[in-house]
Amino acid sequence: MLYRPLGKEVIGLPEGERIGVFVCECGLNIAGSVDCEAVRDYAERLPGVALAVRNRYTCSDPGQEEIKKAIVEHHLNRVVVASCTPRLHEPTFRKCIYDVGLNPYLLEMANIREQCSWVHLHDREAATAKAKDIVKIAVARARLLEPQVEMEVPVTKAALVIGGGVAGIQAALDLADAGHQVYLVEKEPSIGGKMAQLNKTFPTMDCSI
Amino acid sequence: MMDVGRHPRIKLLAYSEVEEVSGYVGNFRVKVRKKARYVDEEECTACGDCVDVCPVIMPDEYQMGLSSRRAIYIPFPQAVPSSYTINIEECLGVQPIACGKCAEKCDKGCIDFDMKDEIVELEVGTIIVAVGMEVYDPTLLDEYGYTRFENVITTLEFERLVDSGGPLGGRFARPTDGRVPKRIGFIQCVGSRTERRGNSYCSNICCMNTVKDSLLLRDHYPEIDITVFYLDMRAFGKGFEDLYKRSKDAGVRYVRGLPGEVKEDPETRNLLVTVENTTAGRLEEHELDMLVLSVGLEPREDSKTVQQLLSLSRTSDGFFLESHPKLKPVDTPTRGVFLAGCAEGPKDIKESVTQASAAAARAQIILNQDKIPIEAITPMIDLDLCNFCGRCARVCPYGAIVDVDPKRKVSPRVIEAACAGCGTCSAECPVGAITQRHFGDEQFFAQLEAMLGEGPEEKIVVFACHWCSYPGGDMAGVSRLQYPPSARVIRTMCSGRTGERLILRAFALGAPMVLVSGCHFADCHYINANRWTQRRVERLWDRLERAGIRPERLQLEWISAAEGQKFARVMGELEEMRKKVTPEEIEYTKQVLAEKA
Repeated sequence: MLYRPLGKEVIGLPEGERIGVFVCECGLNIAGSVDCEAVRDYAERLPGVALAVRNRYTCSDPGQEEIKKAIVEHHLNRVVVASCTPRLHEPTFRKCIYDVGLNPYLLEMANIREQCSWVHLHDREAATAKAKDIVKIAVARARLLEPQVEMEVPVTKAALVIGGGVAGIQAALDLADAGHQVYLVEKEPSIGGKMAQLNKTFPTMDCSI
Repeated sequence: MMDVGRHPRIKLLAYSEVEEVSGYVGNFRVKVRKKARYVDEEECTACGDCVDVCPVIMPDEYQMGLSSRRAIYIPFPQAVPSSYTINIEECLGVQPIACGKCAEKCDKGCIDFDMKDEIVELEVGTIIVAVGMEVYDPTLLDEYGYTRFENVITTLEFERLVDSGGPLGGRFARPTDGRVPKRIGFIQCVGSRTERRGNSYCSNICCMNTVKDSLLLRDHYPEIDITVFYLDMRAFGKGFEDLYKRSKDAGVRYVRGLPGEVKEDPETRNLLVTVENTTAGRLEEHELDMLVLSVGLEPREDSKTVQQLLSLSRTSDGFFLESHPKLKPVDTPTRGVFLAGCAEGPKDIKESVTQASAAAARAQIILNQDKIPIEAITPMIDLDLCNFCGRCARVCPYGAIVDVDPKRKVSPRVIEAACAGCGTCSAECPVGAITQRHFGDEQFFAQLEAMLGEGPEEKIVVFACHWCSYPGGDMAGVSRLQYPPSARVIRTMCSGRTGERLILRAFALGAPMVLVSGCHFADCHYINANRWTQRRVERLWDRLERAGIRPERLQLEWISAAEGQKFARVMGELEEMRKKVTPEEIEYTKQVLAEKA
């Protein structure tokens, strides 16, 4: 998440909600057990929705371009992406809508993959009905989303590495070589960890210390 | 190792432990206990004169107990820092001074029995967890006679025995008679890939370690006959297959099949190994002079402490959980904390080094910025509604709400930089004066209304926290675990955000079942906010019961990010409970709650 503090909207918010819903097929990951066209069609008729689109992969560049274009052309002021878990692509889509001037907090994700298509693989009808419901819930929330301003905090330019085995040593050296102050904490009297006990190491057959 | 000791920008705190971590990304405050060595680390020249006079003899951990050390010792000659340490629990010299011979002997006067543990306070922007692993201990189950037969050793003991810096000075021999063995066997997968003994996962390094050991022996003792008993040989890395082939070409015998029984000949102390050779399809007996158990890797015993200090999660195998298994393999759910090496799972040196460099690079994304944005999920307080009760300040795990005073009617103030955005204050506020930004009551109500507008009796309302239970649901999906389609999940940052208003609204709208779910107690990403979740749910159970509503309809579960199976199981159980909720019950609940509102 590299967007800057979010002061003002580049695109003025049109009156009322104009929500764009983007239903992702995720190849067959979602489309395999959910009728995505039926979900799109359902979404289009929900209150506040100005546009509903179906994509093969919404997170791909063409998918993101489509969102950006739609925001500009259809004056969208809220975006719902019905795809995977927000823990995966919420930052992606927040940045995507921010790129065309929409506040990143005006995005809502409907998780129809991890918590729908993948857990109801063998019941297309039930999975499709649930996906519709999930989108409906996301749209209802999206209508009430508000633009937010992010606060920034300063960064202490130092790192702590816990553990002085081969991994801790490498991480500490990399950070220190890059110019950062590093504190390396090791529980035992010496660094070296388990590797220091090895005679030779594979695949190079050289000594460990 | 030497480079670390010399680097001007690395401050090495050896013989030290992290005791406390507070703060947040970019601004962690850490307390480290630097344990007393009783030897001045800076002044000690590692001359070793002290060792000659120390009367206490203890097993040497570095040599796997195969030789001894004194109570004052240096783990190995190349140690960094290059300083001796007194293990004070073993030393005779303290209170009352009964010995003190080392102090008399040390010309530089480096030994100080009055040395105390020191608490060092650090301020850092990022933290890398590289706590490593343990090696599987075959004593518990006495696998292959490890505790009974002296000539059965582990791979780490083997490493020390062949090492020129080892207890035998590099002259490899078997323990019982100090002879170079004629026939040696290696048994693979000890403590790995078994549900019955040890761990179910593959420890990743043992196959290649044995291949390496076989070649070491071939180079130095070409006359030793070597047999490896294996399940599968996994030589998957770059250059690995070549090494495996070299070992086979050098005459090392690989027998597919793990021994069923190991016996010892009491006369010769040789080992009789019975094994079903599954390639040849026959039962074989091998007489060996020595047997090496290729032991696997395990999470460290103190992982739980580290987990609690940094609010991390662990997978079912006990290793630390990464943010995403493919796309964020070195990040953790706690922003600014990264993983490197075997802390995350068993791996070899190359992989550990690779991951460490990756973690260092990820950490620099933060360190290279002067300021980083904090998500806009902090609370806003409506002072017109506030009744100065102070409950918000009491439940805040960070002390981020200050000033409020019920007696003098002073309003609360939020210190945004200290707030982590759990939303517990907002849930706890009795008058609804606190709105968590981006997660306001109205937004949750809108979700509930949309969800329960049609066919509410068919649905289960699941409140899941962002850090554990929601990703637990994701994990169920990633694992393709199938469960009934009745659940509708609402994500909160913390289960502490799931206030009475949200739960009662769900019931008022006709929900048959409501689940509140969050992190296990020690894993809460907001220190201990989920303790308030429990208190609140318990309070609600009482209230529901008093109102004639079955309290079972409100469930509370702790589900971690790794517990996909638990998430799926709970969804199944909730569905069974949902089926038992009658339309009359739902109607009655709606009426009761409508009257109260």
